[in-house]
Amino acid sequence: MEKKRHIKYNTEVTGAEAVILSLLDANVTEIFGYPGGAIMPIYDALYDYMDKLNHYLVRHEQGATHAAQGYSRVSGKPGVVFATSGPGATNLITGIADAQIDSTPLVCITGQVHSHLLGTDAFQETDVVGVSMPVTKWNIQVTKPEDIAPAITKAFYIATSGRPGPVLVDITKDAQFGKTTYDYKKCESIRSYFPCPKVNLEDVNAAAELINKAQRPYILCGHGVLLSSAEKQLLALAEKADIPVASTLLGLSAFPPSHPLYVGYLGMHGNYGPNLLTNECDVLIAIGMRFDDRVTGNVSKYAKQAKVVHFEIDPAEINKIIPADVAVLGDAKEALELLLPKVNSAKRKDWLQKFTDCSNVEFEKVIRDAIDPDSEKLRMAEVIDKFHKISGGNAIIVTDVGQHQMITSRYYKFNHPNHSVTSGGLGTMGFGLPAAVGAKVAKPNEQVVAVLGDGGFQMTIQELGTIMQSNIAVKILVLNNNFLGMVRQWQQLFFDRRYSFTEMKNPDFITIAKGYNIKGKKVTERENLQDALQEMYNSKEAFLLEVVVENEENVFPMITTGASVSEIILE
Amino acid sequence: MNTTYTISVFTEDKIGLLNRITIIFTRRHINIESITASEIEVKGIYRYTIVVTVSKEQVEKLVKQIEKQVEVFKAFYHMNSEILCREIALYKVSADALKENELFARIVNENHATIISVSPEYIVVEKTGDEREIQNLFNELEKFGMLEYVRSGRVAITKPMKTLTSYLKEIENNNKSTVKHFNN
Ligand SMILES: Cc1ncc(C[n+]2csc(CCOP(=O)(O)OP(=O)(O)O)c2C)c(N)n1
Repeated sequence: MEKKRHIKYNTEVTGAEAVILSLLDANVTEIFGYPGGAIMPIYDALYDYMDKLNHYLVRHEQGATHAAQGYSRVSGKPGVVFATSGPGATNLITGIADAQIDSTPLVCITGQVHSHLLGTDAFQETDVVGVSMPVTKWNIQVTKPEDIAPAITKAFYIATSGRPGPVLVDITKDAQFGKTTYDYKKCESIRSYFPCPKVNLEDVNAAAELINKAQRPYILCGHGVLLSSAEKQLLALAEKADIPVASTLLGLSAFPPSHPLYVGYLGMHGNYGPNLLTNECDVLIAIGMRFDDRVTGNVSKYAKQAKVVHFEIDPAEINKIIPADVAVLGDAKEALELLLPKVNSAKRKDWLQKFTDCSNVEFEKVIRDAIDPDSEKLRMAEVIDKFHKISGGNAIIVTDVGQHQMITSRYYKFNHPNHSVTSGGLGTMGFGLPAAVGAKVAKPNEQVVAVLGDGGFQMTIQELGTIMQSNIAVKILVLNNNFLGMVRQWQQLFFDRRYSFTEMKNPDFITIAKGYNIKGKKVTERENLQDALQEMYNSKEAFLLEVVVENEENVFPMITTGASVSEIILE
Repeated sequence: MNTTYTISVFTEDKIGLLNRITIIFTRRHINIESITASEIEVKGIYRYTIVVTVSKEQVEKLVKQIEKQVEVFKAFYHMNSEILCREIALYKVSADALKENELFARIVNENHATIISVSPEYIVVEKTGDEREIQNLFNELEKFGMLEYVRSGRVAITKPMKTLTSYLKEIENNNKSTVKHFNN
């Protein structure tokens, strides 16, 4: 079919074309989506812009949201999603909820039934604005073509400003068909919305004073450090005042793992020292993190001895879980830049030694055996450790949810910021594969590996079709324990080993990959592991490596439910 | 300790915003005792008055979550001692009340209420006051046969003199940070 010429400003266009033009004006280049009746005019308009906008046809709308999340997390740009009304729109909800809790900017555009049909239970009519309200930062329904461009530019502004998050723009079919004069006035402020508080110098001074008086200060670095690109400032602060740094799950890759001040990863299955010593520091410096319950364990026994300094952009996070003695509201980078000259240089040999001691204990009791086991079967940690070595810590790793996620977060050492992509707050199984697709789209020249469990892989396994169709050279590493491992671990530890519906009868993954024209290999023996990982790493195309691992391996250390961080157990 | 707080929320006029705000309460299993909405002295800005009985810590968190909504300018919370508040109630009693005309008239007068309609079947009484006064009148009128009873939510004016506009100026000045996170 013949393609129409590109349209300029102040010309009459349809609402659907206004959608496409607004996306171009928002510097969008990639879209993840799935068509259907109510969004057909937009897809039709897209047809004329395929040279400027790359659209990836996913196999389920949930995949589109996760792909957009993966794209956003590694590119620093908002992810864009298209879906049709009704089931298309409701299929987005899991990904939107995931993006909301993990502060990921998404702009989701959904088609909606004709405006005169709203509220009539029309075919594929769902109140998606109502349904998505609790899980979006903002949403809107547009029923007139002239409201489309203003709604979309506002959507981008809201999604990406302050604490980022997902937004949804629902556009009725008549608004898509209707005519309007296209004009794009970029939204740069909203009078009722104050996304980024200016850092208050008095708060910075108070923070500096606490830090300068501290004997045992301790930095917890979260996703906010990555979102504000404050990695250098964080490093400078840590080095100047000789402060140990631990990372939350979402903060991984913000601080160089090989740095002597990096002490590890926090939380339920995090490292021993970082958890234990939270209850020994005298000043806890939380930067861009929100004291998730997986990090704090029992809140009533969390860091009670410490003064807390909280750097945070979202006022609602201050005093939400852990009361702050000093709260510095605003952008982390701006705040740390102001803080740095006010912080005194220091050396804290004894305090750092405590982390080293803990780390040695953890190595002896957990790590040594995990990465070099004498078990007959392969263990997850040795696979990740080997792959870490092969990739030199330079790969972008996207994980799903479960034991393999915790193991990857523990054993892969991310050399570069934004190289760890995972579902933290929501813990969404099925996130990994589509998120890896999005990450690879964002960084086609980087090695992108999805590390998946056999359970989570099958939640969005159909995205192999997206990989095939769009030639996305993502590597897929399935750690197959034939169990819903993380749940099985809990059943073993807290439910008397009653394995209620956690054993999995799995298909032949390699055959499935073959069906999608994706190369694959299965490894069961240790002697074949290194070569297989290397083959996956070297592959120029998508590659699926299934590694059959120990069925009943447990992830340790562990902070059990209700326990304090200082009650972390090693075995 | 739980206390009754009046939360005043200043917002843009946007479809669905009320829903976003009530979700904040329902999600935390907090019951909204009353809610009213109206345009304020500044055209185009709306005020929700929400009454809840919660702890101080809870109300502080609620207000922050409310302020997180894009179309909310500002939210405040006040204890009863910091506000002047009123509700309005309408009482529809059986016209039989006229058989005891004197007693009925005295009750209406003493309660500073007004009769706004009289028909062969019923009488409608209107009363403005605080929750207690309105309940008192209900108790007194009940004996005449209450056919219908309805009360509005609370509307409240705060005693502190600071105006919304001065708050908004303050916020605006505090938010001049030019940091940009995403390139779009
Ligand atoms: C959508 C969804 N459903 C259920 C869960 C609960 N859950 C958490 S981990 C887990 C097991 C994951 O199993 P698998 O993907 O095989 O990974 P493994 O733990 O074995 O590494 C389950 C069921 C979840 N997180 N997400």
